[in-house]
Amino acid sequence: MPTRVMVVEHILNANDQLAEENQALLEAADVFAINILASPGAGKTSLILQTIDRLAGHLRLAVVEGDTAQVTIDADKVMERGIPAVQVNTGGGCHLDAVMLKMALPQFDLSQVDLLIVENVGNLICPANFKLGTHKNILIASVPEGDDKPYKYPGIYRGVDALLINKIDLLPYVPFNMDYFQRGVEVLNPGLVTFPVSCRTGEGLQAWSDWLLAARQSARVGRD
Amino acid sequence: MHELSVTESILEIALRHANQAQAKRVTALHLVIGQLASIVDDSVQFYWDIISAGTLAEGARLNFRRIPAELLCLDCKQRYALNGEDLACPTCHSRRVEVAAGAEFTLEAIDIE
Repeated sequence: MPTRVMVVEHILNANDQLAEENQALLEAADVFAINILASPGAGKTSLILQTIDRLAGHLRLAVVEGDTAQVTIDADKVMERGIPAVQVNTGGGCHLDAVMLKMALPQFDLSQVDLLIVENVGNLICPANFKLGTHKNILIASVPEGDDKPYKYPGIYRGVDALLINKIDLLPYVPFNMDYFQRGVEVLNPGLVTFPVSCRTGEGLQAWSDWLLAARQSARVGRD
Repeated sequence: MHELSVTESILEIALRHANQAQAKRVTALHLVIGQLASIVDDSVQFYWDIISAGTLAEGARLNFRRIPAELLCLDCKQRYALNGEDLACPTCHSRRVEVAAGAEFTLEAIDIE
């Protein structure tokens, strides 16, 4: 007769532990790290480039580019701006996990980095479930994707610390009910910090980069 | 796609506990998966059959207990099912709600011999 053994262990426990190790490594080097989540085409790379343009004078930046394919289009754009970038290929996988970030980190001189931006794989389903060890999860929604995304992908809206609504310059041309969208967000993640932005016109991006600077500062104060 | 890495984690946890209990083999796994956990049972089963081969857990049956997502209204304490569109409380229409169930993602128990 089989015997039942109680386990009650979170299935992603191993990943979570590695994520904690990553965070300890980052904090030992005084690096603040963010994880950028979004669907393909929402503007992750555009946001990163805009953030580099606004913060490169204040902080030393570095970027991890997660991609499913071996194309270095995104990493090349970052490196053109003189910012160190490491490309992580997931080999068709749909998210980055803590192991992948762990392997990417030694490729940087972390003592020369203040802010590490991790661009996750474009996907709204699972990346939020796989902790990396970054300090903040940032979600980008974009106007052309439609206003129903919080209702269709509740999991990712629950697991983030800030939300950018990108491509607001398209609001006059696209049916997007901001009120309906934000009602969904409010239920899933009450009081979520939200920045309506356009990476094309630059609107709203100053508020975003100010918030990011302040978030880094308060994380450092919290550790002291 | 991510079910492969998830299934590897399940196998690692199951084998660790089976070894601790000095099991000869694992006959079943009991998994608790919330609706918000974005996992497809069939896909886990598919990978399981491949990666468990040659281990103590080869051929073990996977039992999935699915937990539907539920919201809890913070104003009137009503608990209700999350069903797509309307997330507000059906009783008092409040939007101050929190997820009360559906995020589970646990290996609850294993059956061993």
